[in-house]
Amino acid sequence: MPTTATKPERSEIPRLSFDRVSMTFPDGTHALDDVSFDVAPGQFVSVVGPSGCGKSTLLRIASGLTRQTDGTCEVDRDSIGYVFQDPTLLPWRTVRRNIELNAELHGMPKAERAAKTEEVIRLVNLSGHEDKYPKQLSGGMKMRCSVARSLVLRPKVFLFDEPFGAVDEITRGNLNAELLRLFHSEQFAGVFITHSISEAVYLSTRVLVMSARPGRIVGDYPISFPFPRVDELRFEPAFAELCGQISADLKGGHA
Amino acid sequence: MSSETRSTSWFSKVWPPAVTFAGFIGVWYAYSGLKYDIAARRINTLPFPHEVIRDGFLPLWDSKNGLRPILGYLWPTLKVTIVGLAVSVVLGVLIAVLMNLSKSTERAIFPYAVVLQTVPILAITPLLTQLFGEEFGVRLVVVVLIAIFPVITNTLFGLQSADRLHHDLFTLNRANRVTRLLKLELPGAMPAMMTGVRIASGGAVIGAVVADFFFTRGEKGIGFYIRVKQQRAAERPEMFAGTIMASLFGIVMFLIIGFVSTRAIRNWHESASTRT
Ligand SMILES: Nc1ncnc2c1ncn2[C@@H]1O[C@H](COP(=O)(O)OP(=O)(O)OP(=O)(O)O)[C@@H](O)[C@H]1O
Ligand SMILES: [Mg+2]
Repeated sequence: MPTTATKPERSEIPRLSFDRVSMTFPDGTHALDDVSFDVAPGQFVSVVGPSGCGKSTLLRIASGLTRQTDGTCEVDRDSIGYVFQDPTLLPWRTVRRNIELNAELHGMPKAERAAKTEEVIRLVNLSGHEDKYPKQLSGGMKMRCSVARSLVLRPKVFLFDEPFGAVDEITRGNLNAELLRLFHSEQFAGVFITHSISEAVYLSTRVLVMSARPGRIVGDYPISFPFPRVDELRFEPAFAELCGQISADLKGGHA
Repeated sequence: MSSETRSTSWFSKVWPPAVTFAGFIGVWYAYSGLKYDIAARRINTLPFPHEVIRDGFLPLWDSKNGLRPILGYLWPTLKVTIVGLAVSVVLGVLIAVLMNLSKSTERAIFPYAVVLQTVPILAITPLLTQLFGEEFGVRLVVVVLIAIFPVITNTLFGLQSADRLHHDLFTLNRANRVTRLLKLELPGAMPAMMTGVRIASGGAVIGAVVADFFFTRGEKGIGFYIRVKQQRAAERPEMFAGTIMASLFGIVMFLIIGFVSTRAIRNWHESASTRT
């Protein structure tokens, strides 16, 4: 198993970098142990690992919501998009007003905000639902709404915490395709948490495997399939082989 | 749901309380009748329900008895209740917002809010008279003293129960304290606040009626009518009619506030869609 960090494909300065980050919560829970990796623009790093190993904690540290107890985390805090594990929509706002929220809080002018919101609503396929309230949406629609909210600001660093866990296979495929298109056009630095190995391989330029708590990086796989990636990629032998390797690694980390 | 099943369920909703009501009227008749036999001067005891209706309500437009004076006395009570409730809501929400600012402001205010609630109004009526006289002002104070506490506590609870992840979202977007209050905490507190207002509306009616028992100047309300009609035995049916109307007034207030609050949050709040 390759466990040493590979050099970024492009020699650009990383936008997000973890250096020997550890996290122990005040109650003594040791969530992360000595985690180091960089994400440069145009890199999309997926993290897979057993439940409770510290994946969400990793993203919270990256966003500055939680402070690590050891090591350093450097990131451009001004341009972070963060899609939480839960949709976290405000129940008193319609879909449109929810999607506007981040831009509104950043003080984006009304006209620009409205135009971008419309654009993003089309992008995540929520047209026709703009005036519904969150309680009228399905789980998958809520999640798309949550992704859309972050998209409006065109972040340079994009953190996704299992965004598509509650979405059916077909929608998930569509959302993956949209995410790929977006990644291709925006060239943000992405970190993507998922429980689906094939999703991780399909979307990423690199997949990291974490061990059970305390979360440590136990596997590191560069994914070199060229972009733009097409759906057929999922059925290629090389793709299946890579998924198998990562899966075996993940099981090893479990034990 | 088809309209048929809805109409049957409407009937099945109505008959149990109707039976209870019939039973209640029956007991009332029995009690009044019993006293009539023993004392042979029934006028001093509980009047029959039909007497309450005949003497208390039915002279519809007589200037001394019946519905007209009752409505006339209800009007000042209504004014005091509405103004008092409005003041309680505005002041109560402001105080809750202040308490929500920080742990120390909460600690600074909370004990006194509790004292406000636990001091018996009866015990401070002389003080209130000294401070606020015996007219509209003091009635208003009594209403606010009773109604403001549920507004404060429920609003504060609502403000403080904003989701942690929602706060994180606002933190990520660099929202300042005021933005957080206006766009997250206050809208989120709406359902709890409405619950507080609903409880307060009941208290406000009680305060407005009870104030008439102690303060004798200014525009007199329904409490005054009830008290005066209690003094002469022959006027007991009028007293009953006044009491019944005061109760109806309380119920109507409660229903109106309930309706308004359900409308205000119906689009998004879960309990609004499952209630009523
Ligand atoms: N604020 C906290 N205080 C104490 N312990 C915490 C806190 N937040 C998380 N933990 C613990 O840290 C560990 C990692 O949590 P985290 O949410 O990062 O896991 P995760 O990998 O995202 O899991 P999942 O895949 O189920 O979402 C868990 O054991 C959790 O109980
Ligand atoms: Mg998680």
